[in-house]
Amino acid sequence: MNAANTAFVLISAALVLFMTPGLALFYGGMVRGKNVLGTLMQNFILIALMGVQWALFGYTLAFGPSISGIIGNLSWAGLAGVGAEPFKAYSETIPHGAFMVFQMMFAIITPALITGAWAERLKFKSFLIFIVLWATLVYDPVAHWVWGDGGWLKGLGALDFAGGTVVHINAGIAALAAVLVMGKREGYGRDAFIPHNLPMTVLGAGILWFGWFGFNAGSALAADGLATSAFVATQLGACGATLSWVAAEWIVRGKPTTLGAASGAVAGLVAITPAAGFVGPMSAILIGLGAGVLCYLAVLAKPKIGYDDSLDVVGVHGVGGVWGALATGLFASKLVNPAGADGLFFGNPAQLGIQFLAVLTTLVYSFVISWILLKIVDAVWGLRVDKADEIAGLDLTEHQEAGYSL
Amino acid sequence: MKKIEAIIQPFKLEPVKEALHQISVQGMTVTEVKGFGRQKGIREVYRGMEYQVDFLPKVKIEVITPDDKAQAVVETIMNAARTGRIGDGKIFVYPVAEVVRIRTGETGNDAV
Repeated sequence: MNAANTAFVLISAALVLFMTPGLALFYGGMVRGKNVLGTLMQNFILIALMGVQWALFGYTLAFGPSISGIIGNLSWAGLAGVGAEPFKAYSETIPHGAFMVFQMMFAIITPALITGAWAERLKFKSFLIFIVLWATLVYDPVAHWVWGDGGWLKGLGALDFAGGTVVHINAGIAALAAVLVMGKREGYGRDAFIPHNLPMTVLGAGILWFGWFGFNAGSALAADGLATSAFVATQLGACGATLSWVAAEWIVRGKPTTLGAASGAVAGLVAITPAAGFVGPMSAILIGLGAGVLCYLAVLAKPKIGYDDSLDVVGVHGVGGVWGALATGLFASKLVNPAGADGLFFGNPAQLGIQFLAVLTTLVYSFVISWILLKIVDAVWGLRVDKADEIAGLDLTEHQEAGYSL
Repeated sequence: MKKIEAIIQPFKLEPVKEALHQISVQGMTVTEVKGFGRQKGIREVYRGMEYQVDFLPKVKIEVITPDDKAQAVVETIMNAARTGRIGDGKIFVYPVAEVVRIRTGETGNDAV
């Protein structure tokens, strides 16, 4: 046990928690004013809902003693035995409870990321049902494969420092399934869907950036050199993508935008997440530069492909997550983290293949199960609000309140 | 009495207010409004999605004045709000049937 490590992980857990209200503001500013509370609420309520799910059975499914590498068993249900003593397979130096609560914050923000995709049209009740099912049948198993003691992807040597596959690819591809099942918003392509409060979005992006240091550096699970290296990589990845997104749109559209800078920062943070603990600072800048351009191009392609992903969860988290996971297979270096692996640029092309397998598995599994769950929830409870309610806005029709009043 | 209603460019509010002070206009009401005339809309781009925005932000100023001062107010606003480019706005003049000061009950020109 180590007091400094324990303090660092607990503070990191609080930082990661703060990302979810930050994400709520990031998303809330981008919707129209009549849906601001509906958007904030979907994020905020997940802090409570996923917190309870995690304590009851989510944690043990994701991190409990493994059943053939596929899923954890139920021996830690209700957090039985998860307390002050360390669980050595995850960390020898912090209490098991600290690791559990740090991971709880990841289980909260991952489904919250998806809320940007179906913004402005999903029924609140169906949202709650879908999220509990998704967390239990998609997030918990995928977390187990990649991070759980005995998880099968971990066994293959896939590198995912802080959740590129588990969090971002997982949420991004579930978002794609959701928008394909649900269809476009009323008036999409005809009406102007203009963000109602971009200052709110920029504040949210700033909070996300701040909290992300807990997400990535905290994933070292110790206040040490590796945490420092991940912290530096996180900062530089975000910097690279902010610059490259703004530069790309400046070249393509002629103006650098604030929304572009905020989006670029998030894209960079997404991409550096799996790589943070395995790459050096110059590699982090390159990963960031790549993320800004790739995610911007993905966002540009969206209207041409024709799906209505309201706030670009697919373009930012899906594409950024895939790029980050593959880039980890390019730029990872044992000089940075001896417990990691070398990537393609450091003489080990096989790592890129392993990364590709982890990406593909997550994409296919998450997409298929998400699709099935969405179809079931749609058949039983209905996913979309009524057309008239959608036009009136979710704040009034789903929550009976208004975000702004005279 | 007359009501003078002017739709102007938002950045011209301060110069117009100052100019009206200079000719001793005692009060005014200001509203943020949106609309379009010959200027038409503008294009805004959000994450690559381009939207035609028809309603542009403008400021509406309302001033109530005695009949003999109306022409001076109109000219003052016109001079202060003009850039010479399209989109400078318009001024409307209406007759006012009655004015009542709520505090004292005064009416007519005394209440302006």
